[in-house]
Amino acid sequence: MGHYVPHTDAEIVQMLTFLGMSSLDELFASVPEVLRLAGGLDMADGLSEPDTLDAMERLAERNRRAGRELVCFAGGGAYDHEVPSTVRRVAFRSEFVTAYTPYQPEVAQGVLQALFEYQTLLCRLTGMEVANASLYDGASACVEAVNLAVSATGRQTVLLSDGVNPNWRQVLETFAAGTGHDYIRCDVVNGVTRWPDDVQPAALLVQYPNYLGCLEDLAAARQLADKTGALLLVAFDPVAAGLLHSPGHFGADVVVGEGQPFGTPLSFGGPYLGLFACKRDHVRRLPGRLVGETVDADGRRAYVTTLRTREQDIRREKASSNVCTNQTLIAVACAVQLAWLGTEGLRELAVRCARGTRYTREALLAIDGVEPLSDAAVFREFAVTTPTSGDVVVERMAEEGFLAGVPLGDEYGERGLLISVTERRTRDEIDAFVAAFEKVIR
Amino acid sequence: MSPSAGGRATSAPIMGRDAEPTLFELSSPGRRAASFRTTGLPEWEPEELVPGGHLRGEPAPIAEISERDLVAHFTRLSHRQYSVDLGAYPLGSCTMKYNPKLCDDAASLPGLADVHPAAPAALTQGWMELLAELEQALCRVTGMHAATLQPPAGAAGELTGLLLMRAWHTERGNPRHKIVIPDSAHGTNPASVTLGGYETVTVPSDHRGLVDVAALRERLDDDVAGIMLTNPNTLGLFEEDIAEIAAAVHEVGGLLYYDGANLNAILGVTRPGDMGFDIVHMNLHKTFAVPHGGGGPGAGPVAVSERLAPYLPGPRPVLGDDGAYAWQTPSKSIGRVHSWHGNALALARAYSYILANGGDGLRRVAEAAVLNANWLRTRLRGIYDLPYDRPAMHEFVASTSTLKKGKGLRALDVAKRLLEEGFHAPTVYFPLIVDEALMIEPTETESLQTLEALGDALERIAAGDADNAHHAPRTTPVRRVDEARAARQLIPTWDSRE
Repeated sequence: MGHYVPHTDAEIVQMLTFLGMSSLDELFASVPEVLRLAGGLDMADGLSEPDTLDAMERLAERNRRAGRELVCFAGGGAYDHEVPSTVRRVAFRSEFVTAYTPYQPEVAQGVLQALFEYQTLLCRLTGMEVANASLYDGASACVEAVNLAVSATGRQTVLLSDGVNPNWRQVLETFAAGTGHDYIRCDVVNGVTRWPDDVQPAALLVQYPNYLGCLEDLAAARQLADKTGALLLVAFDPVAAGLLHSPGHFGADVVVGEGQPFGTPLSFGGPYLGLFACKRDHVRRLPGRLVGETVDADGRRAYVTTLRTREQDIRREKASSNVCTNQTLIAVACAVQLAWLGTEGLRELAVRCARGTRYTREALLAIDGVEPLSDAAVFREFAVTTPTSGDVVVERMAEEGFLAGVPLGDEYGERGLLISVTERRTRDEIDAFVAAFEKVIR
Repeated sequence: MSPSAGGRATSAPIMGRDAEPTLFELSSPGRRAASFRTTGLPEWEPEELVPGGHLRGEPAPIAEISERDLVAHFTRLSHRQYSVDLGAYPLGSCTMKYNPKLCDDAASLPGLADVHPAAPAALTQGWMELLAELEQALCRVTGMHAATLQPPAGAAGELTGLLLMRAWHTERGNPRHKIVIPDSAHGTNPASVTLGGYETVTVPSDHRGLVDVAALRERLDDDVAGIMLTNPNTLGLFEEDIAEIAAAVHEVGGLLYYDGANLNAILGVTRPGDMGFDIVHMNLHKTFAVPHGGGGPGAGPVAVSERLAPYLPGPRPVLGDDGAYAWQTPSKSIGRVHSWHGNALALARAYSYILANGGDGLRRVAEAAVLNANWLRTRLRGIYDLPYDRPAMHEFVASTSTLKKGKGLRALDVAKRLLEEGFHAPTVYFPLIVDEALMIEPTETESLQTLEALGDALERIAAGDADNAHHAPRTTPVRRVDEARAARQLIPTWDSRE
């Protein structure tokens, strides 16, 4: 159909004449004849707008969305939080949505200032001094943190906690094929990572709270990092930071995380938001874009992407990161949501998640046959074992109207199930969930 | 000035030129906007929820602002921002075309947006079908066999492609050491090569602006893992010798990687697969109208030929004999490259764009993009230098080299003056092989009237006074920004100000 090409037939003729051409095919004279696609693309012709939306709706209807019909208790790196109307209406204004990377700062102050505010908010949350303008997701933030640590220490080995999200660990392993980084896996025992103390790694990478929901001992990890001259990399939960000490409080060198809980719906896993903050010592190794404050020719406050010499398009083959496009729009949404929550609201959000988690956990553990995977303290997520496998529990619970959790798979025991409770869950929903759970595990 | 200029944004509603205060200056202790669901849960205190050693004493300081002030703040920020919806954005290589609004609505459908990525396959058949269909559509457009949708951006797609090369060669006994890249390549290419564990070997461009095939042959040996090419290249020129290049690279056992940054130029005209490429990444945020979001999110799927399909990242949605989709990881997969399934909602936007355009519409996209670029290139002949003045594809490179020598008018000055004229600037100082480069990509969604206005503006700028241009822009929310100071006295957060 080509509804989005504005040219009339008469204009096309007029333009071709200006070029001394008589057909559109002539435009492609430099494409060798033998490579030309005869007969066009093997695809259906274009649809009208309503027909396109109908087709998309038919696909959407074949999913079971989280909501009243499928109450979500699944987390594992993707959380069912409220996205306030303010975020939807303001962060997704078309000026933000349809802007490009702010290469011309004079006409990009909107995006630049929003990112500057995002960087400030992320530093306040993590207890760090510098944050970049975002990375792709939690996994990519971990990859970049490791790249930074290897570059900073000149060491190749990284201690990787088994408590780090297993999908993120798979991504780390994938990219290690190119960088040659060597990961030493560190067991989680009773919910908490056990570190070997006989290696000199570039870094320790630990998640707080970890994938199983447990609160890791960051002070011990910091001690080991000090002893071995390694960096401490912490993948934190930004919601937990409303109630827990910041990773900076425990002496983290780099803090990464998944920013989806602030302003991004579940979205089938993306686009999400890679959070990345670090101590100022490492700013020259910071991956991705960084916005800084400066002044314009009239001396007025202005913002601009800065320390550009770190970036891939300048450093080319000497770069330690190839990040170019990031997740700016999602970072803006995160900033809007954080500001909307505010200082007290963020704390309340965290408290509400923790209350729901405690209530749900206690009720589930009262069921005969449901056991905790560990007795370590948890915040907003916890793992249980049941007499039937996690996959089967999830399948049966879906029939009862619940997305019961994320099955833990082989690594942590096949009967394990990871259950997450956000501020959206009411007592009634939780009570019904527990009743259904008791029924289906039999 | 023509009053009818469609893409011109001199009427932007900027109420004044005062700086917008930050969120932190607008804060007032005790103010808040947050609102929570009534849950009926026990109101345990923080001390009853978290052990002491972990419990934060004071709340993390965020901002304290009313919803009204918050909305006003971000609305005012949005008025200090140029965007495609406001006017033309002839930013070379970035493909800043208009993004159809229906794609926004398609990606906002609750049945897509509210789906958990770890939900069992039985509950997400619609998503899996969408992803599988998109994989197939992208394969048809590129002439490839199979695809992964996981890479969340072009650079991630590049690195994925290089790891596919590495896995392929490793299985044949030697990962090899070198990747060949033209001197006109995007900076991400060499950076990705390094992260892929390879060394970059640069091949020069010849007088035509194309890969120097003789020089390429000198660089090819059995230690070359492959070559990365953009076609059309960053000068906007089609690599006419691509078949010969492909044969030469394949002869030494190397693979060809297609950087899809410029794929929009050849939609429905020719396909990377037909040119002999083995691996193709696409920038859905360029070619398939996913809006750029001020710098992302994008999506960078990678499609490959049949022999490389077993190495693709996984899991991928595969249609079973029972008519249901299941997740499968290819047998020799390099592993996951994203936390979940890629930038899914961006993928849904691209899929809706492909459905709406269809095979016929995509060809029209390429035709109009190439027509627009050549019209503007011809319009500017004799006004700016055109270092490779031959028919271009979707973009072309001009230069102010002569204007700089004559009166000191540089590419940067042209960029800043164009902002005053109500247009976004072109890409400047890239590709690196052109002095004072202006890389211009009008895209297919700009009308002839917009091109005329843009051409007139560029002519005025070239004819104008250079001293005057050094002071541009004057009509924008801020004037030229002191970038050196930003780097010298780094202020990366509000709290790091003195």
